[in-house]
Amino acid sequence: MKKFAVVAAMATAFLGSTAVYAADVEVIHWWTSGGEQAAVSVFADEFDALGEDKWVDTAIALGENARAATMQRVLGGDPPGAAQFNPGRQYEELIAAGLLLDLTPLAEAEGWDEIVRPDVIAEPCHIDGKWWCVPVNIHSEAWMWASIPAFKKAGVDLPTSVSDLVAKAPKLQEAGLIPYAQGGESWQLNAAFGGIIIAELGIEQRDQLLRDHNQDIANSPEFTKVFETFRELKKYSDPGSPGRNWNDTTNLVLTDQAGVQIMGDWARGEFGVAGKKPGVDYACLPLDSANPFVTTGGDIFLFFKQDDPAVEAAQLKLASTMISPRVQALFNVAKGSMPVRDDVDMSLADDCMKLGLEILKDPANVVTSANNWLSNDTTGQMQDLIAEFWANDDMPIADAQKRYAEILATAD
Amino acid sequence: MILTAIGVFVVCIIYSFLLSFTSSRLFPSFDFIGFDQYERLWSTQRWLVSVNNLWIFGLLSIGSNMVVGYLLAVFMDQRIRQEDLFRSIFLYPFAMSLVITGLVWRWILDPNYGLQATVRGWGFADFSFAPLVDSNTAIYGLVVAGIWNGVGVSMAIMLAGLRGVDSEIWKAAKIDGIPTWKTYLQIVLPMMRGAILTAFILQCVGVVRVFDLVVAMTQGGPGIATQMPAIFVIQHITDRANVGLGMAAATMMLLPVVLLLGLQQFIQWRANQKRMNS
Repeated sequence: MKKFAVVAAMATAFLGSTAVYAADVEVIHWWTSGGEQAAVSVFADEFDALGEDKWVDTAIALGENARAATMQRVLGGDPPGAAQFNPGRQYEELIAAGLLLDLTPLAEAEGWDEIVRPDVIAEPCHIDGKWWCVPVNIHSEAWMWASIPAFKKAGVDLPTSVSDLVAKAPKLQEAGLIPYAQGGESWQLNAAFGGIIIAELGIEQRDQLLRDHNQDIANSPEFTKVFETFRELKKYSDPGSPGRNWNDTTNLVLTDQAGVQIMGDWARGEFGVAGKKPGVDYACLPLDSANPFVTTGGDIFLFFKQDDPAVEAAQLKLASTMISPRVQALFNVAKGSMPVRDDVDMSLADDCMKLGLEILKDPANVVTSANNWLSNDTTGQMQDLIAEFWANDDMPIADAQKRYAEILATAD
Repeated sequence: MILTAIGVFVVCIIYSFLLSFTSSRLFPSFDFIGFDQYERLWSTQRWLVSVNNLWIFGLLSIGSNMVVGYLLAVFMDQRIRQEDLFRSIFLYPFAMSLVITGLVWRWILDPNYGLQATVRGWGFADFSFAPLVDSNTAIYGLVVAGIWNGVGVSMAIMLAGLRGVDSEIWKAAKIDGIPTWKTYLQIVLPMMRGAILTAFILQCVGVVRVFDLVVAMTQGGPGIATQMPAIFVIQHITDRANVGLGMAAATMMLLPVVLLLGLQQFIQWRANQKRMNS
């Protein structure tokens, strides 16, 4: 409680006001699946338990819809108290336009510089010495979620890499299973494709491709292989794929109808809600077991400037709650993600999260999120292309690769 | 009123039009870059697919809505019993949110849960009907839902038009021994030009801005096979933070609407001229 007293005092001093009364903080987020709701309730409950201030929940399904709603509210002059975004360039113009609450005093008081690790997680929020957002978790976007009973039924071992999965897929198909479950929304397709890029090209070349827009790599035969693998996976997916949500897709693996889904670690929350055990019912596998990696996507919360000092005090209090060790542990266990700080009690963590934390320890395994380099516009063009490539089996691989290279060449 | 109308419509349209020539990202800016956004727009595969889809969806759904709507109106005009009940049934789909309409149709057409799975469950293992999951047929799935949704309105407007026709005309046609179907087609139909034009314009505008139906049914997929211009615009001015490109697309969407309204004005003007001359 002492810390919150400090924060509250600081907030009031900061604003030159002495009146502190209850306020509502409206939070826009896109956590709507079962596992996600369990996680976001941790934030809401812990914040409400602190005192008079209230968490007002505005959940909007699908990230792009939630972000669009936030942007419209901001442009209309009625921003929410806080809003979820992905770390990267999604909010660079909001910072430039001075619409965000500066969290630097709070961050300095609590020493966020020292506690948030690895650096690539702090960077998107810590810009030019100022803190503009609160990182709440580290999500690795690329895991293979495998159903152990499904692979037993097919009589093959669990896959060790994506190409190994392609090799074993016919066995699963013979056993009447869906070898590869893929949700048809364009972001899911692009995320799976992004994971395969890392597994096939390696971190170094992948960074040169997406960060430096290296045209030699974009046109290389190694990159062609990524498209080929992706098309192979398409052959082993089911006809219900188009438009399917990620959690409905996870459900296919969870109910042992499908072998593998490539999805971020948030899928673990769905297995948890369904009461499944890692190592018994399902397995979380790196896309390449020989060279495992974790990507460092995640979620951050932006706090928008408000006229009411009471709301601002409550906003700072919420920011502090989100990053506190206890809430970090509870939230991330429910969410399936990894905490942004090292000093939290992870005794509740399950095998999958422990595996992720183990891989995270070696900086050589840490992959920077592509969102840090690519604007939403560029990512959107990639999503359109990959979705088209996935849906249209007649699209030549050479054409798709050429267009991918062009998107990178013209990226802003 | 006039001020509001001018302020909201004309000024906003001009503003959008101007922004389409700028490099605006998330926030409007006035850094003019000429026709660059239009060049990018017309070389974007997704936009080309969207425009193509609009034509397919528009021609098929407007055509069917007008024809079926007129037939339904004629049917309702036969002094049938329970007319109110039937009118409600036909109008009901329109009263529902397109999001709900879309979801219902999506479930009906879903290969794993819907019609296909049910018929297969009856023992027809080879039965295959899942238009929404195939890139080549998904747009026709949308057309079916669009017709189901929109036909009631066409019917209601045209029924009002039919009822507005003077009963003396009918009597005269009867005396002259003209068959009923001929009267409907050659005498009554031309007389209800206003109602038909209204129904047509309403359908056209509805097609140009079709958005929620697609979002609920296919989200523009599979791949980009059912993308529509309105989705392109909304996505670019919000999540993709490229207002310039979005406004260029919006301006392209405005063109056919302006042409249609111009056409309507022209037809009305000509009708007035004729009336004055005669």
